Amino acid sequence: MKSQKPLHLKTFLLILVMVIAGPLGNVLLSKGMKQTGSLAWWPPSEALHTVVRVLGSGSVWLGVASLLTFFLANILVLSWADYSFVQPASSVAYGVSALLGCLLLGEPVSPLRWTGIAIICLGVFVVGQTSPQSHPHSPTQSLERGSQSLEST
Amino acid sequence: MVEAILFSLIIVAGTGGELCVSRAMKTVGEVKDFRPLSIARVILRALRVGWMWAGVGMMALAFFSLLGALSFLNVSFVVPVTALSYVAGACGAMFFLRERVSRRRWAGVCLVVIGVTLVFLGKR
Repeated sequence: MKSQKPLHLKTFLLILVMVIAGPLGNVLLSKGMKQTGSLAWWPPSEALHTVVRVLGSGSVWLGVASLLTFFLANILVLSWADYSFVQPASSVAYGVSALLGCLLLGEPVSPLRWTGIAIICLGVFVVGQTSPQSHPHSPTQSLERGSQSLEST
Repeated sequence: MVEAILFSLIIVAGTGGELCVSRAMKTVGEVKDFRPLSIARVILRALRVGWMWAGVGMMALAFFSLLGALSFLNVSFVVPVTALSYVAGACGAMFFLRERVSRRRWAGVCLVVIGVTLVFLGKR
């Protein structure tokens, strides 16, 4: 029988990547967007300048890369681990985002906001603990009729 | 006002996008083979489903709204508030996907609502 140890190690490493890369991506995006200054969307020439400024920010690109790393780790870990295990484990990401925002960007976080964030993490944890499948049968049948109308268009 | 519009777009378009992608993937069927070629085939099949395009468009809209919100609000405020997508997700799953949402999940959703309310109250 195959040992479960390497699989556990792989799962925890990828969840660690998710918990760090997701919040880090958001913090880098926040840093990049604040560096670009005010966003003007009108007239069209101003919108073009805004897009060029956003795309010229290294922090924005690093943030996008970090979020893509999070997305990839999420998909990979979900290919063998249960959603009901992965999702609650990643719920701490909300707290990590606030912590990184506080430490790296010097954002002020009041005790009331910390309490709120802790309750959100708990709520997301509870949501993730519920069964990922609510029906014993495949939900495909109930969706087929709805999907056909869009596919035919 | 801009804040409310951006948060609505992040939550509604983001959740709507995920629901559309979920609906498309359920039409495509369960992925059992994770070899790159098989995954590419699944993606090609998914791209033929209208819901997938609707989902990707909505998720892109949510991402750009997130960028807009992060340009003038703190990340320690924006990210926790986006947890409201669990509320939209539970409602969408019930009304759009016709899934049964358990009491335990509703309890989690209520905790998220309480938490987000405190985050709003703690905003300086």
